Amino acid sequence: MPMEMTGEFRIPAPRQRVWEGLNDPEILKSSIPGCQTIEKVSDTEFMAKVLAQVGPVKANFAGKVKLSDLDPPQSYTIAGEGSGGVAGFAKGSAKVNLNEDGGATVLHYAVQAHVGGKLAQIGSRLIDSVARRMAENFFTRFVAAVAPEAAETPAAATAETEAVPSDRVAAQPPAPGAAPVASVGAQPNGVGLTEKKDVRLPPVLWVTGLAAVIGAMLYFFTGRRVTR
Amino acid sequence: MSVIGMPVRRREDYRFITGQGTYTDDINRPGQVHAYILRSPHASARIAGIDTSAAATAPGVVAIYTGKDMAADGVGGLPCGWQIHSKDGSPMVEPPHPPLIVDRVRHVGDQVAAVIAETLAQARDAAELIQVDYVEEPAAIDPVAALKSGAPQVHGEAPGNLCYDWHLGDLAAVDAAFVKAARVIKLDLTNNRLVPNAMEPRAAIGEFDRATGEYTLYTTSQNPHVIRLLMGAFVLHIPEAKLRVVAPDVGGGFGSKIYHYAEEAIVTWAAGKLRRPVKWTAERSESFMTDAHGRDHVTHVELALDSDAKFLALKVSTVANMGAYLSTFATCIPTYLYGTLLAGTYTTPAIYVETKAVFTHTVPVDAYRGAGRPEATFLIERIVDLAADELGMDPAELRRRNFIAKDAYPYQTPVALQYDSGDYFTTLDLALKAANVQGFEARRREAAGRGKLRGLGIATYIEACGIAPSAVVGSLGARAGLFECAAVRVHPTGSVTVLTGSHSHGQGHETTFAQLVADGLGIPIESVEIVHGDSAKIPYGMGTYGSRSLAVGGTAIVKAMDKVIAKGRKIAAHLLEAAEADVEFKNGKFSVAGTDRSQTLAEVALTAYVPHNFPHDELEPGLDETAFYDPKNFTFPSGAHIAEVEIDPETGHVSVVNFTASDDFGRILNPMIVEGQVHGGLAQGIGQALLEGCVYDKETGQLLTGSYNDYTMPRADDLPSFKLSTNVTPCTHNPLGVKGCGEAGAIGAPAAITNALVDALKPLGIRHLDMPATPERLWRLIQQHRSPLAAE
Repeated sequence: MPMEMTGEFRIPAPRQRVWEGLNDPEILKSSIPGCQTIEKVSDTEFMAKVLAQVGPVKANFAGKVKLSDLDPPQSYTIAGEGSGGVAGFAKGSAKVNLNEDGGATVLHYAVQAHVGGKLAQIGSRLIDSVARRMAENFFTRFVAAVAPEAAETPAAATAETEAVPSDRVAAQPPAPGAAPVASVGAQPNGVGLTEKKDVRLPPVLWVTGLAAVIGAMLYFFTGRRVTR
Repeated sequence: MSVIGMPVRRREDYRFITGQGTYTDDINRPGQVHAYILRSPHASARIAGIDTSAAATAPGVVAIYTGKDMAADGVGGLPCGWQIHSKDGSPMVEPPHPPLIVDRVRHVGDQVAAVIAETLAQARDAAELIQVDYVEEPAAIDPVAALKSGAPQVHGEAPGNLCYDWHLGDLAAVDAAFVKAARVIKLDLTNNRLVPNAMEPRAAIGEFDRATGEYTLYTTSQNPHVIRLLMGAFVLHIPEAKLRVVAPDVGGGFGSKIYHYAEEAIVTWAAGKLRRPVKWTAERSESFMTDAHGRDHVTHVELALDSDAKFLALKVSTVANMGAYLSTFATCIPTYLYGTLLAGTYTTPAIYVETKAVFTHTVPVDAYRGAGRPEATFLIERIVDLAADELGMDPAELRRRNFIAKDAYPYQTPVALQYDSGDYFTTLDLALKAANVQGFEARRREAAGRGKLRGLGIATYIEACGIAPSAVVGSLGARAGLFECAAVRVHPTGSVTVLTGSHSHGQGHETTFAQLVADGLGIPIESVEIVHGDSAKIPYGMGTYGSRSLAVGGTAIVKAMDKVIAKGRKIAAHLLEAAEADVEFKNGKFSVAGTDRSQTLAEVALTAYVPHNFPHDELEPGLDETAFYDPKNFTFPSGAHIAEVEIDPETGHVSVVNFTASDDFGRILNPMIVEGQVHGGLAQGIGQALLEGCVYDKETGQLLTGSYNDYTMPRADDLPSFKLSTNVTPCTHNPLGVKGCGEAGAIGAPAAITNALVDALKPLGIRHLDMPATPERLWRLIQQHRSPLAAE
């Protein structure tokens, strides 16, 4: 199931710092919800393992991510795929641009992604809202890591994937370049993942973390109980 | 009093309603292990490797099998039961269909590996550890696009993805008729792909008895003997005598449980390897992506009319999606169960139909309630309605003008079938009256006052069921006979067990057949037990599909009863010291004509089993007779369905406000069961018209409607209270005069609903819309067609 998403995010940190953060396994590990390990295999390759938990359900996902078209600290293309075993797969690529904006950095991204197997069969309606929740978590943590003084309450991010209070799920129109976090929320209802939506989704986690969480939700919906 | 024609309550319902049914998943065998099937997440991929090493050592794992293991063991492919020949005489392409794939996956859900473990959870956990190296390749999803040059190929054996290019009818006569036609109506339409959605997901348990060498398969099947034949002879090479197939209570089939599926072969084969029973039960999501789907036609149709609005010729060109492999009866659905029905209820003298069957990277497509006949009816009734509209004629009048006359039977159509009986005029009049069509325009105005678009649609249909004369279908490519078998076993004290090859999975055979036997033998219905679904008990059987159970299976019971009565008469003549010719059987008694001397069936039965005073020179003991019945012709139920709908133009929401069905099913044994069948069929037909549609991503072949979140089933509040009536013209060639009622609702309703929607939307200039007419599709259509002025 192909999807396209574009968006941008303003990070209150210098561009070089953002670039370094996006390439720092430790920062990524602490930013991706449920990330257990992230290894830099080479200068352009990461391997990640994510334990996703939704309610009582846990599932392990493994993914690899590859960087290309590197033009530090301006842009790169990131491509990856994550396998959730019997849950199916997610794969995609994103073109990422970092633009300086005063002392801050605006991260633009354009994602193309596919999910397959049960992820597409059962999870397609969940992906949008899950992606938004994860994006919020990711950016909260990422900002805390690269610009600690600008972060609100980094400790709040430990709530993992169920962190969004319902009052945040308001149908605010997406506002490119607006302050992070505030306008992130699920679509009201029934709006499928069609095209060109302004979703605040960091591509790094798209390929692994998203697959993980959706997979976990799938398992939940299909009655699976994993205990490990 | 005869119980024929009485609304006898379903005897099987007690156990179903109280949760006492025994479905396959309710069965657990000693020492049983569980199978989990690892399925492809890709529509089209080459398998570069399967690494099962980590999974093999996971807790509880007993074995992991791949296609290579089955191939190495000589396991064959799943066979197709009907061979179609193309226009040029060449046989259809039959690519291999292994139970587990070997080097390539061809649809999302294709079977990659079977993990067998002590518990289901262990099998699933281990399946997660299997590393499959998929090399993804482009997929052919859309059936029309799959025929184009350069499309991804599903099978090397099938160039251009073509399975066959079949035709039927007299093209020259059709072309000549079009030349002289006063009017030609053309239409492009699709018949939407459906997921069958039986309430009970498929399940199978394979078992091997080391002591006897006998295999047993418990399975959710509509025809256990057919599975025994196909799996035994073609796939696992087990002789019938060593293979028992049991189809216990089955929770709905609608065609999807006719076919021999891979999992049946996998669990039976694995049970033999492991010497332990192996159980598999589908999850609902597996049902969506592995049960054979239905319909999926893309059709161009043209109708030629003369200046009196008489149909001159019909020309039909269809692309039918076969999916990735040929399911058991897939190939006959868009050909001999479709093209042969294109005369419908009309006298159209010349008909030509061509069907291209196409392989795609999707789940196999096969029969689904109606199977070919709903597709035929939909196109006929759509184009007839369109013709009425373009000619400015009353759609009922146009139909009447072209109906086959009441005195024209037997009526030979130009597409092979010969209708034995019918009366479409009376049936239509019944429906028009019941639907109060006269008052419709007032109702339309009233609805308009409320801002609603109201429409009325008529559809008539003919169905060929009571499938089927073996010699006829054999000449058309069927690789099986389509007779039925029954045994009527009168026990020593007069109770009766009937063993029938028809399988009941919701049809109520245990009631209807018992009525038949109670009436035929003059005994209380409580004395009759109906047994079905076990190849070890039933002599033989071809199973249940195509509304054949009563017309073919019921007739087999009648034939067996005739034999019981004939033998009983001889025994009674001996006991009564009368000539056999003077002994008559009536109301459960053999009596000497003109006297009060008689013997009950029970007395005769006791004599047959305790043959102390018995004509041993003439007869064998016992009173237990088996009959096979091969029908002489198809049966031809017909009917007229009228739908009345209201569309909310602001939301696209449709309310089916009235639905009237007037059907001719021939003689009716149990009107309550018939009504139930019609209700169920109508729900599915209305579901197809308004709600249901299976959607694959056209690029990647991912199944997008893979759960009830995205695939909409009809619910009670989507349906009106149906107005039903019947008109009886008995079938002339079976002794019961019955025609069959199982599929009628699903055949008539889609066209009736769509015609009603188009009628409602006519003021906007809309002449056709494809199914399902979801609120979104209707709303968009209405928005497109509203003039800017009108929208204000």
